[in-house]
This record gives sequence, C-alpha cells and structure tokens, in this order.
Amino acid sequence: MMHRLAKVFEELAAQDRKAFVTFITAGDPDTATSLEILKGLPGAGADVIELGMPFSDPMADGPAIQRASLRALHAGQDMHKTLAMVRAFRETNKTTPIVLMGYYNPIYVYPVDRFLADAVEAGVDGLIVVDAPPEADDELCIPALNAGLNFIRLTTPTTDDHRLGAVLANTSGFVYYVSITGVTGTRAPDLEAVARNVARIKARTTLPVAVGFGVRTPEQAKAIASVADGVVVGSALVDTIAQSLDDKGRATELTVSSVLTLVEKLSAGLKAA
Amino acid sequence: MNPAETPLHLNSYRTGPDDRGHFGLYGGRFVAETLMPLILELEAAYEAAKADPSFHAELADLNAHYAGRPSPLYFAERLTQHLGGAKVYFKREELNHTGSHKVNNCLGQILLAKRMGKKRIIAETGAGQHGVATATVAARFGLPCVIYMGATDIERQKPNVFRMRLLGAEVRPVISGTGTLKDAMNEALRDWVSNVEDTFYIIGTVAGPHPYPAMVRDFQAVIGKETREQMLAAEGRLPDTLVAAIGGGSNAMGIFHPFLDDPSVKMFGVEAAGKGLDVPNGHCASLNGGTPGVLHGNRTYLLQDGDGQILEGHSISAGLDYPGIGPEHSWLRDTGRVTYVAATDREALDAFQLCTRIEGIIPALEPSHALAYVTKLAPTLPPDNLLVMNMSGRGDKDIFAVAAHLGMDI
Repeated sequence: MMHRLAKVFEELAAQDRKAFVTFITAGDPDTATSLEILKGLPGAGADVIELGMPFSDPMADGPAIQRASLRALHAGQDMHKTLAMVRAFRETNKTTPIVLMGYYNPIYVYPVDRFLADAVEAGVDGLIVVDAPPEADDELCIPALNAGLNFIRLTTPTTDDHRLGAVLANTSGFVYYVSITGVTGTRAPDLEAVARNVARIKARTTLPVAVGFGVRTPEQAKAIASVADGVVVGSALVDTIAQSLDDKGRATELTVSSVLTLVEKLSAGLKAA
Repeated sequence: MNPAETPLHLNSYRTGPDDRGHFGLYGGRFVAETLMPLILELEAAYEAAKADPSFHAELADLNAHYAGRPSPLYFAERLTQHLGGAKVYFKREELNHTGSHKVNNCLGQILLAKRMGKKRIIAETGAGQHGVATATVAARFGLPCVIYMGATDIERQKPNVFRMRLLGAEVRPVISGTGTLKDAMNEALRDWVSNVEDTFYIIGTVAGPHPYPAMVRDFQAVIGKETREQMLAAEGRLPDTLVAAIGGGSNAMGIFHPFLDDPSVKMFGVEAAGKGLDVPNGHCASLNGGTPGVLHGNRTYLLQDGDGQILEGHSISAGLDYPGIGPEHSWLRDTGRVTYVAATDREALDAFQLCTRIEGIIPALEPSHALAYVTKLAPTLPPDNLLVMNMSGRGDKDIFAVAAHLGMDI
C-alpha cells in the first residue's frame, strides 16, 4: 500500500498544485471541539494535517502554540486521547494524511514501541518530533520507519550542506523546511532565502519540501507555494481558536467555524497560485 | 610481563560521557535542529579549549585573582562538637566572588564564548545565583547579557534581581508555566533558537544537551580538586564522606567528580524534599521521586506524570526547584556510586538557623539542605570520619524568604 503522504503529494504534483498543511493542537481547547475541527479540515482545504501532541514544555514553540498546549492539557488531553482522535477521524476519512507533531518525552514515557504500534493502529501516517535529531535516530526514527510510519525531519536555515545529508538520510514523507531561525509564529519568512534553501534541499532529495513557521496570510501562503511543494500554517490557526474562546477559555459556537473559515481563505489563496 | 600479572584497570566512574554525550542511558543531545549545528560547534570549541594550555592559564588566573580561589576548607569545630560524630568540614564556595560556586562555571564559559567570537550572553536562573554570576562575567568581559528568570522567582529573590540589573544585565521575567526555573530554561532555549548566530547560552548546571553536562562539571571540578589537596594537607588523607545539595547538581558534581574513583569516599547528594517526598508534586527530588525522561536536551530523571508531562515540584529554595537533574547524577544513582537522599523545607530552615548561630556562617537555602542531612548523618559516624559538606552559597539572598517563613518582619 502506498503511504498516504506520498500519494497526496504525487496527486497534487500531477495537478501542478501545492500541498496545504494545517497544524492544530490535539485537545485545544477541548477534545470534542478539537475533533470537530480536525474532521472539518479536509473539507476546508487541508491536504495534510499536522496534529500537535500537547507537551508541558514546548521549547521550540512560540507563545501561541505554547498556550494551545496548555489549554489542551488543562482540558485533560493526553496521548491516549490524541490517538483516539485520530481513530475517530479515520472512521470517516481514509485519505487525508495525519502527522503527529511534538516532543520526545511523552512518546518516550508511553513507551516508544507501544506508541508506534498504537499510532499505526489509529491511522497515523507520520511523526515530527522536534527534539529527536538524527543523532538519536536509533531510538525513535528507525523504529518508527520499521513500524511503517513516515518520519518527517525539520531542516532549518542553520542546517549547513554538510549536515543536510545526515538530516535527510532517514527522512521520509516530506521534508519540513523551517523558514526562520526562531520559534513558531514569531516572524515572517524572507521569501528569497526560502527559495534558495528549498532549492538547496531539493538538489539533495526527491522528497517534497513543505515550508512552515511564520506563514499567516493567504498572500504569504501563495508566495511560499510558488517556491515549495507545500505550505504549513499553524500559529495563525491556533491564534484563531484562542480568539474565539469565552472569558473562561471555553469553546464557543464560533470556535470551529472561525478556524475552518480561515483554512478556506488560506487554501483559496494558495490554490490560486 | 606474564599476562596474568598485568594489572587490571579499575572500572572508572570518571570517563563519561561517551562521544555521543551519554552517561549510560542518560545525557545525549535532544534539541531542535536549529540548535544542533551550534551544539556541535560548541563541542568542538570546548574540545579545542581543553587542549589549549592558554585557556587553562587564563581561567586559573581569573579563578585566583577575580573569583578568589582556592576557597578555604574550614573545620567547623563548633558544629562538630554539637553533632557529636564525624569531623565536619565546610568547603567554602560561598566565599567566592558573587557568593556561590556558580562563578567557577561562568568564568569558564565566558572564556569559551570569547574564543568563539560570540557577541551576546544569555542565561536562565532560579535563585539568581547563576544569573548574578553570569551578569558578573558578562560585565567583566563587556558583553550584553539577558537573564531569563521566572516571575515567581523574581518575586522571592529580589536582592539578586537588583544585583543583576546593577551589573547591567537585562532580567526578563518568564510568566509561562508557574514562572520558575524550568520555564526560565525553556525561554532561554527559545531565545537561543532565535539568535543562534551571535549568542552564547551559559547554562548554569550540569544538565542540558551534551557537551554542557560534561563542560559544567569540568569547570566545577575545581571544587573537588582543591578539597582533595586541602584535606591531604590538613589531615594527611582523603575525606571519608562528601555531602552536597542537588538541584541540577553542579556543586555536587564539582565536589564529587574528582573522588569518584576513590572507593573509600562515600558520597551523598541531598535533594529538596520540599513538603515531603510523599506529597504529590510537593518536592523537587527527581532521583528519589521521579522517572527517566527527556527534557531540555538530555535524558535524565524527571518529575513527570504518567503522560510524560513535566511537573513543577516545590522547594523553599528557588535554586533547587528544578524538575530534572544532571544526567551524570542519574547514572551515578543507577550505578549506586552516589547515595541520593532528601531534606525537607523545614529541615533546611532548621539547619540554616543552626549554622548561623553556632558557626557564624549564613548559608544559602540550597546548602542548608545538605547541612540538614549532615546533622542526621554526622552523629552516626565515628569521630575520625572526615566529612566535607559543600557550602555552595551564602544566604544573604535568602534572608527575606527565611524571615517570611519564621514570621519575622524585615
């Protein structure tokens, strides 16, 4: 069976289109609302879904995603509920790839082997684990690949040519190019630098390259899409969730609709490319 | 030589970490890709510095003439009489410039920053001792400095906040989480990810991604090396017992490491038991009440829940309330080479007052935990047992917190 990620990128490439990758945090602001958003994402234009596994100490994330993690944890989200959300999503959607994104510790504690088995069973397609560098491939990346999951690696402006080989070695699904040195959602990417770096990566791999960190508007999405195979939007969606909540931090009737409306706008912007 | 006569090499406790930065299961380099090239560059720079006599000479000169080393090894005669057991010595790290052992490490790291051509210094701090030491060396070397400190800690460590600002550092309050040391470390890592090109992150304890745990240990090992020489001079033999407080574990690692291969030397690391080891999330004893996990770039014992979410913990001492611990300590725990115990807030406060009254030394709340264990341990040991406690910091910064706990106004 072809991996869902490979299939989506291949189909989009055949139509000369770019992938729209959306990020939300699982369980933000609560499990039920989060599942409703998750189920609505493909219809609103998401080609690939990154689902954040909330963590108490998200060192590489900016304030928006930190707060999303905390909202989810306060609402009682845990890894079992996150996997259950994927399982529920798969009941009605067999095609949209889901990539779990987060930090190593909750996986390590789960522990790794059982997590990988449960993730595959739930219908997860790939993993992005921010603090599991190639130097630690033997303990998470290789077992994940053996379990049938894609392992998507982040590359950054600081990843030099020498290091790029090591970073790409066990990467699969797609390559995630982090367009800024910094945490999520804090600055806008420099398009020229992005184009240069995406070209540098593509010269070394046949995998699609998606670009994220700092993309907030349909115009930015369109610009990035002109130089990459996919565009990732996270903090802007998470901010929209935050703005829709009541003064006690609970979901309102606007929560699901405002996020999906933004996804539609971003998707339209990107697909007008 | 007959092969049967070839002397067997003792297994050494001092050879870690391996080339991937592991102490057994622990340690490693679990950081975001943005930081990896920098971490590798730092490792190479540190290896080069270690092999360069001029680096050691400059550090030794600063230690002697700026920090005030060697720190004395003091026989605490009145405390010894009071406890009625082991002969108690204090290694007087609180007499160092800036008032704690933290300056040993900061001087080493700022020299490294200078060698690497870095233009800006950042650090995290809990009690403020590491922040003050970092702000001090940044002032000494003329580099701008940003210190991340939890908002809660800023409130309970005001004198140190003021000192940092006087020294020209910018103290950035961290309000995420509960505003303590762990959150300050997250924020410092975020700063570093955002400013990798020109910034040097001076980590204050023997934790974080490799090479920090080994590097900070090496800079702090001056404590144990001096203790060794000083005890040989004073008593003609090695100490029998070493006791040190553990937050992240840098002062303890500094005094323990040079003695790890001396089997006659028993070692005790004292964690913060806060309100009690049996109180859920009421202590900061990662080794006594935590489980292995991955945080802040290394695998080590952590205070965490069953889902791998990090707990905050509690200690009266802002310098000890860190939910992790240096990975080498985790390894020493598992191998059994060092015994890790704990002292409560109450016990530390009692020891604080005892030391102040009968030795005329006001200890910081951190070594007060070590002292609390000494008051239990020393009476059980014979009078010829030579016990050294690392007096890792002075208590001026803690007088407001102590006064509040004792119900006094100042």
